[in-house]
Amino acid sequence: MPDAAFDPRAVPGADAHAAALHSPALKHHFDDLGQQKEAATLGMWLFLATEVLFFGGLFAAYLLYRVWYPDVFGEASRSLDITLGSVNTLVLIGSSLTMALAVHAAATGQRRTLMIFIALTMLLGAVFLGIKGVEYYDKIVHHHVPGPSFHFEGPTPERAQLFFSLYFAMTGLHAFHMVIGLGLMTVILLMAWRGRFSATWYTPVEMSGLYWHFVDIIWIFLFPLLYLVDRHS
Amino acid sequence: MDSLTLPRTHYANAEYGLRSWLLTTDHKRIALLFLGSISAFFLIGGLFAMLIRLELLTPPGDMVGADTYNKLFTMHGIVMIFMFLIPSIPAVFGNFFVPIMVGAKDLAFPRLNLLSWYIFMIGGLFTLAAIALGGVDTGWTFYTPFSTHASQSNVMVAAVGVFIMGFSSILTGLNFIVTIHTMRAPGLTWFRLPLFIWAMYATSLINVLGTPVLAISLVAVALERALHIGIFDPAYGGDPVLFQHLFWFYSHPAVYIMVLPSMGVVSELVATFSRKNIFGYTFVAFSSLAIAVFGFLVWGHHMFVAGMSVYGAMIFSILSFMVAVPSAVKVFNWTATLYKGSISYETPMLYALGFIGLFAVGGLTGLFLATLAVDVHVHDTYFVVAHFHYIMVGGALMGYLGALHYWWPKMTGRMYPDLIGRIAAVTVFIGFNLTFFPQFVLGYLGMPRRYHAYAEEFQALNVLSTAGASILAVGFLIPAFYLLWSLKYGKVAGANPWGSVSLEWTTPSPPPTFNFDETPVIAGPAYDYREPEAKRA
Repeated sequence: MPDAAFDPRAVPGADAHAAALHSPALKHHFDDLGQQKEAATLGMWLFLATEVLFFGGLFAAYLLYRVWYPDVFGEASRSLDITLGSVNTLVLIGSSLTMALAVHAAATGQRRTLMIFIALTMLLGAVFLGIKGVEYYDKIVHHHVPGPSFHFEGPTPERAQLFFSLYFAMTGLHAFHMVIGLGLMTVILLMAWRGRFSATWYTPVEMSGLYWHFVDIIWIFLFPLLYLVDRHS
Repeated sequence: MDSLTLPRTHYANAEYGLRSWLLTTDHKRIALLFLGSISAFFLIGGLFAMLIRLELLTPPGDMVGADTYNKLFTMHGIVMIFMFLIPSIPAVFGNFFVPIMVGAKDLAFPRLNLLSWYIFMIGGLFTLAAIALGGVDTGWTFYTPFSTHASQSNVMVAAVGVFIMGFSSILTGLNFIVTIHTMRAPGLTWFRLPLFIWAMYATSLINVLGTPVLAISLVAVALERALHIGIFDPAYGGDPVLFQHLFWFYSHPAVYIMVLPSMGVVSELVATFSRKNIFGYTFVAFSSLAIAVFGFLVWGHHMFVAGMSVYGAMIFSILSFMVAVPSAVKVFNWTATLYKGSISYETPMLYALGFIGLFAVGGLTGLFLATLAVDVHVHDTYFVVAHFHYIMVGGALMGYLGALHYWWPKMTGRMYPDLIGRIAAVTVFIGFNLTFFPQFVLGYLGMPRRYHAYAEEFQALNVLSTAGASILAVGFLIPAFYLLWSLKYGKVAGANPWGSVSLEWTTPSPPPTFNFDETPVIAGPAYDYREPEAKRA
């Protein structure tokens, strides 16, 4: 029985259970789809935990140097474009909303809605990367990219360079995760288009959703640390 | 014994051909892929060790120059730590036995498991390439600013290799945790799990939570070396000590990645070969978790002389002492298990007893190093070298060899000659102590580590150490021969040659592809030898 044809609402309860037991999505080494999903979910959360620690090294470096050099970090932070940063934050939160709606659509077996929301999520993700690209371009123009041509007005330009090193490392790593996310969404979109998901089995949509929200949350921390840290004065 | 026969089909002969191995998703076959790879890497790391010991036979730096010597100990460290000890027991015996011991058909993510081997091999090849291109001279610790600015060697290639291999241990750890959580057989509650599983669980937690920090620190080193972005560069206000913090945040827990699995193995061996329930099962189980948790809080003791504040150092010192508590819980409980046990001294048990003794020495000398005043005196001397070799070779490697000899009949279906095995185990024990005990004395007398030349008065002890290393090498080579020999000529082992009551011995040797002919149902504790304790209850 192909996945697409399987719709539990069309079958009475007991049959639905039996069908779920023999779903083609069930891998041989699991007892049932419930166990399989539990494993996938735990696996994904663990993976996200590794990601937190991966970013954690950079956050630790940021916090240390921010405490050591608050003035120059504030100055360098103020040179970032807060409008673009805020717009991007809204775009990304919006993409998390569409992602959540996509997961809901998958859970209720609405293939078309699922595809629309995945496509919207991808669109918003691309907008984010586009705006980020504009910001990076702006940094290049102003010689704020660490390296031989780095230039920053102020008493300690080399420490401003430290800020921008961290800025590029952290936002770059984040953008890299966004690109991977877009790749994942492409796969999900293709799978949805081929009708691979059903209300009983949509684990990949849910897992990609967890990943997407995670990348979003990283930004929610990056934005205040990098853009807002010295805006009160 | 003659009536025993091998099962007609099992995991190793279910399919034939190179493809069936290279594209396998069977955790048992992947375990063997890892076994082959890390054995080769162990040989390479061992060769570097022998060259080091040969150079140190005489006081002047005559055999190799200082630069070559720097590369030798660096490559010895990188290969042995990242390519042998970190993967060793988890990737081989964990892979093979975690699913079997929890009564599952495979790990939760079999394809991820295969990917983990490929990632390991790709990373390993990078590191080997770094060796082939002329080596690395930073020490396995990649300390900045030497690694980022001064070193002219292949730091990038090696760092990329280590970075890649990290993902292999992350994936393996993730796979184990998920498997242990979600795929236990009916009736197999947490406190019926074998202690090896508890140890693998604790190890996997460290793998999953620690390795990413190493990964990001190596990324930062690579960026700094390639682009001079300056996160650790004092010229920009950066702090090289920050690298040490990030590095040891992983690399100290990594010590427990190496030794916790061996502790799990020893728990299995002690129970099986003394025919007793493990004394204080719950304590031993939780001590693994405690070591994993404390392990994350003590990294600063590697940096007592790196400019740390006195208060910081005191706190790290106290926390380091606390690791001794769960470690001692294990040693005392093993000893209590042995008490009045019906002990037999087959090869695996000799390694287990060796582990207990050597780990005790390694652990107790760790307390010397955690003591601030003593650490200032012996820091960067051979005392430290001896200490961590007692943990990593005397502990981790002994456990690995014990596991290899214990589970070999299960993995291959055949038995090795036990007498030669015992001779090899004793050889390893003698060779090991002869190699590393003199180094405690050398370090205490003030011989610094990482120099290719040394003062005349240290020669006698260094000769002893090199002689011991030769004996140790023989002790490592003997098993290679008889284990390979046993593959074809060994006696058929049968399902349960040791008379163990653990789950993995209830399935045929070698096990079928899906481990059990039917899903086992577990009705009792992991170690049920009906000993006096059990009767009392």
